[in-house]
Amino acid sequence: MEHYYQPEIECASREQIRAWQDERLVKQVKHVYDNVPYYRKKMEEKGVTPEDIKSVDDLHKLPFLTKDDLRDAYPYGLVAVPLKDCVRIQSTSGTTGRRVVAFYTQHDLDLWEECCARAITAAGGTKEDVVHVSYGYGLFTGGPGLNGGSHKVGSLTLPMSSGNTDRQIQFMVDLESTILCCTPSYAAFLGESINERGLKDSIKLKAGIFGAEAWTEEMRRDIEKSLGIKAYDIYGLTEISGPGVSFECSAQTGMHINEDHFIAEIIDPNTGEVLPEGSKGELVFTSITKEAFPLLRYRTRDICVLTREKCSCGRTHVKMSKPMGRSDDMLIVKGVNVFPSQIETVLLNKGYAANYQIIVDRVNNSDQIEVQVEMTPEMFSDSVTEITVKEKELVNALKAMLGIYAKVKLVAPKSIARSEGKAVRIIDNRKLY
Amino acid sequence: MTVKQISVFIENKPGRLAEFADIFSCNNIDMRAMNIAETPDFGILRIIVEDPYNAAQVMKEAGYISSVTDVLAVAVPDKPGSLLNILTMLGENGINLEYTYAFPTRQKDTAYMIMRVVDNEKAAQVLLKNGIKLVAQDELGKLY
Repeated sequence: MEHYYQPEIECASREQIRAWQDERLVKQVKHVYDNVPYYRKKMEEKGVTPEDIKSVDDLHKLPFLTKDDLRDAYPYGLVAVPLKDCVRIQSTSGTTGRRVVAFYTQHDLDLWEECCARAITAAGGTKEDVVHVSYGYGLFTGGPGLNGGSHKVGSLTLPMSSGNTDRQIQFMVDLESTILCCTPSYAAFLGESINERGLKDSIKLKAGIFGAEAWTEEMRRDIEKSLGIKAYDIYGLTEISGPGVSFECSAQTGMHINEDHFIAEIIDPNTGEVLPEGSKGELVFTSITKEAFPLLRYRTRDICVLTREKCSCGRTHVKMSKPMGRSDDMLIVKGVNVFPSQIETVLLNKGYAANYQIIVDRVNNSDQIEVQVEMTPEMFSDSVTEITVKEKELVNALKAMLGIYAKVKLVAPKSIARSEGKAVRIIDNRKLY
Repeated sequence: MTVKQISVFIENKPGRLAEFADIFSCNNIDMRAMNIAETPDFGILRIIVEDPYNAAQVMKEAGYISSVTDVLAVAVPDKPGSLLNILTMLGENGINLEYTYAFPTRQKDTAYMIMRVVDNEKAAQVLLKNGIKLVAQDELGKLY
């Protein structure tokens, strides 16, 4: 039997959802226009006023926001309420070059947590459950989001945070966790560790909610088998709130977007033109209920498809496919956003050629990143020790910039192909899309 | 009292050393000594030749990254205990040996070794004072 956290909203008629969206969009555009000079200027440049936006049909008239805008307006330029009304800040992990800092009022936190509560309920979560949250806590939205959602459901919440696998497993066994929330790669790792220890029969897990990185159907089957659970996908981004922007239901055929809070569009990433339902393109979100950090037409750079086909779970909100790729060069490695430009910055700072290649792989369900760098006369020495020291310095500098370990591999000069125009910088062997 | 060693960066992949040897062969360069220090990703090939500047130029033109380092070429009496004797001298004088390798000559009763230390001058002093012979770059030819 399907459970809903807010059935009157999640299963509302399409007309009702549309009515909410029309009303909230008009109000939100006025709120942003009045309180965010950065966006008002963008609207003025496009010749749009709040009066031009009468319903969702007019949404396409509004200018887009991108990650570059977030960087330009950092830190307060897109905040729409006085800071005294904000109660929380969250930030994206490890992207020093393009940090995203998002602000929340209490109302914003409540609606974010409600979205996560819908996801937990869709995965079968109730007051009777023990929700084991192994997402990182802190600036990263994963831990706080699912933690808050679990509270809203009334489940017994176990704020494990990430790492310390032995303790994760011990608590899972002793405290009889029933729902696991973490990245899919960590879920796969926990599954392996539990089976290695022969503890599969000692755990009581029934479901898992996994997000923050791309994963395949094959990986889903592996996790479901190794942990003996049903594995649900969850999607979100800090810019829009965090996890729970959309979530999977029992049908496991896409993620329902919480349309009472977020309007989704699919656009052609090259022209910005809105594409009809069912087209593959870049996902764009407009946040219509948030107070503190209300982004209008924010380009996610995630490529996917939307469908409003009737879902067997009874929910009426639009479904998005798993992201099928990116319209920019961002990589998500171990749940962390990595831009090739960050790696380039480190290489140039350390005196290396900007000719490099990034190889991403998934070994035993865990992401690995290798940066191939061409050896330079300056770095070369007759001593292995001296080269190793320099290599280590580079590894540390990359770690400081990216927030994750990247292996450095020194290769012969001119061995990395130089191509006319756009160089092939990234070789992603994970085949996630 | 040193000789010039050429070090070359070579990827640790099948056929890479052969490519290198082919270039030396085509340019008619004779190697006097050779040694490889390897890591999982790359190797450092260290060679001694009679004309290091010509060899370095050939390497550069072929697109290799190389460097020239002054190292000691030490004449070691060919009998048990003589290497120990030299190493003890260096050790007692606080000289750390970074790496060392032997090289073949046509000389009877003497083995020759390349030794890489941080302070060539100090090491040379210690060795000469103790009656150990060193070979200079222009003497290399005489060993054959």
